Amino acid sequence: MSATDDVRPFARVLTRASEMRARRLESGAAGDRIFKLLTGAMAYLVLILLAAAAFSMFWGGRLAFSTFGWKFLYSAQWDPVARQFGALVPIYGTVVSSFIAIALAVPMSFGIAIFLTEIAPGWLRGPIGTAIELLAAIPSIIYGMWGLFVFVPFMSLHVEPWLNDKLGPSPIIGPLFTGPPIGIGMLTAGIILGIMILPFITAVMRDVFMAVPDALRESAVSLGATTWETVGRVSLPYTRTAVVGAIFLGLGRALGETMAVTFVLGNAHEFTKSLLMPGNSIAAAIANEFTEADSPIYLSSLIALGFLLFIVTFIVLAGAKILLLRIGRLEGERA
Amino acid sequence: MNLIILRRRIANGVALCLSAMATLFGLFWLVWILWTTVSKGAAALKPRLFTQMTPPPGSDGGLLNAFYGSFVMIVMAVALATPVGVLAAIWLAEFARGNRIGAVIRFINDILLSAPSIVIGLFVYELVVRPQGHFSGYAGALALAIILLPVIVRTSDEALRLVPAPMREAGLALGLPHWRVTSKVLMRAASAGIITGLLLGIARISGETAPLLFTALNNQYWSADPKAPLANVPVVIFQYALSPYDRWQSLAWAGALVVTVFVLLLGIAARLLFKQRSTR
Repeated sequence: MSATDDVRPFARVLTRASEMRARRLESGAAGDRIFKLLTGAMAYLVLILLAAAAFSMFWGGRLAFSTFGWKFLYSAQWDPVARQFGALVPIYGTVVSSFIAIALAVPMSFGIAIFLTEIAPGWLRGPIGTAIELLAAIPSIIYGMWGLFVFVPFMSLHVEPWLNDKLGPSPIIGPLFTGPPIGIGMLTAGIILGIMILPFITAVMRDVFMAVPDALRESAVSLGATTWETVGRVSLPYTRTAVVGAIFLGLGRALGETMAVTFVLGNAHEFTKSLLMPGNSIAAAIANEFTEADSPIYLSSLIALGFLLFIVTFIVLAGAKILLLRIGRLEGERA
Repeated sequence: MNLIILRRRIANGVALCLSAMATLFGLFWLVWILWTTVSKGAAALKPRLFTQMTPPPGSDGGLLNAFYGSFVMIVMAVALATPVGVLAAIWLAEFARGNRIGAVIRFINDILLSAPSIVIGLFVYELVVRPQGHFSGYAGALALAIILLPVIVRTSDEALRLVPAPMREAGLALGLPHWRVTSKVLMRAASAGIITGLLLGIARISGETAPLLFTALNNQYWSADPKAPLANVPVVIFQYALSPYDRWQSLAWAGALVVTVFVLLLGIAARLLFKQRSTR
């Protein structure tokens, strides 16, 4: 079917002037200009959205920033009654729980990526890859519920008493593992976050390992290298930037994850060293307290927290993208 | 010499065993979480879940108003984000190949794709809820649309760029304007990819909770008015799960099961569609 077929019958009934306009549209010049403008405007909308989001949160948080200044970042006092707000406890909680998540997810993802690219027979790769990706599809609120009703009791009954006994008395890391084994706290939140970001890191690692040129791997194997040596000395150095990018991507996800940690962190505002005590994170504090914020400064402080989170995740995710872009370009040049 | 080879073989064996164990470890969590959701959710799954409203504490009820509210907001979000996202992707794929601003927009879009959803909720709160002075279903739909948008842009852009250049050239050689080539030829060739992206996007927003907390909020009663706070499944699950009432908690599990099954089915549908396209 040609495009003129469906325009002609209409054009016949139109007046002369509009007939000419219809022809001009049909011939393309004007139509294409409008088309390009319209699609371009929508594409720029993506940029505008990001800038507007950053600005609106800065604007919403300006009261908190102007009232508390830099103290907002390092004060641990979070007191809605006295209207004093410092974000140290949520910031600390976000950093620590994300760090635990990364420490758990990176070696696991590395192992799964090796399994999927080197060990698993062809027929098993698809199903297992899909199953790991399903972990990313489960909504975070399900992680939260499972965490609160199943994993927290498990931690409190089986894992934390053991940690108390074995690691509690040790000299340096001891204080991290003392405290009542109630199950709620930074350690539990960090483990759940680790499971949640595992599929994202695994997917990138698997894809970049797959992208290592066969000639490189075959030359290592032909020199007698074992599978492990091929991965460790050829694949990993070749994909180093992208692997770091994958870790950053996971970190970006972990920093901003909200619902899962809200369930298991306990929303405490007292600073504590122990990973077994209730803590807080930026996202959890916002989710828990936003609808309760009863004074402008309280609301503004929570939005200021959101602004901090946005800036930090933006930097981390941008870093991840830049690292991943570089490997893409490298491949493009060699291909 | 033999000793060195033996050591290397053992190191290899240990490393490969560990990576197989890591895989089992990953699958273990998946099975555990899904098993919990299915067993606790199935026990609470009753027909009245789909016919009755959310109950006051201590009495029986269902989630009808929440399902309806979620449905309305998802439909509005799709209606809002799909045209914008597809048009933006057309610009990226057709007019901005290899130019700088196109690369910047792709970069920013990828960041929006992984940006914390709670931040999007705060943004919509500042943008809509605060000026209006009240929470509303429209605000919730807008928040979901902003989360859906980058998914659609990314997948549509990729699908359009996969359309072979000769198809485009054939259309242009016939004298068709660019916009007709795009709408009649390219869109048709890329439709499977675009729909795959849309399904994945819907799967993502149907479980989103954080951005709805400050936009749609929740509504205990039947309300079909998107100008008012609108009940929705994720926020109901959140509130009921953290409540001390047994009946509310079991309703939360039933809702969790329905959402999980819905999301996983959408994921499988998207995967089948993708496979069908790539084998053709």
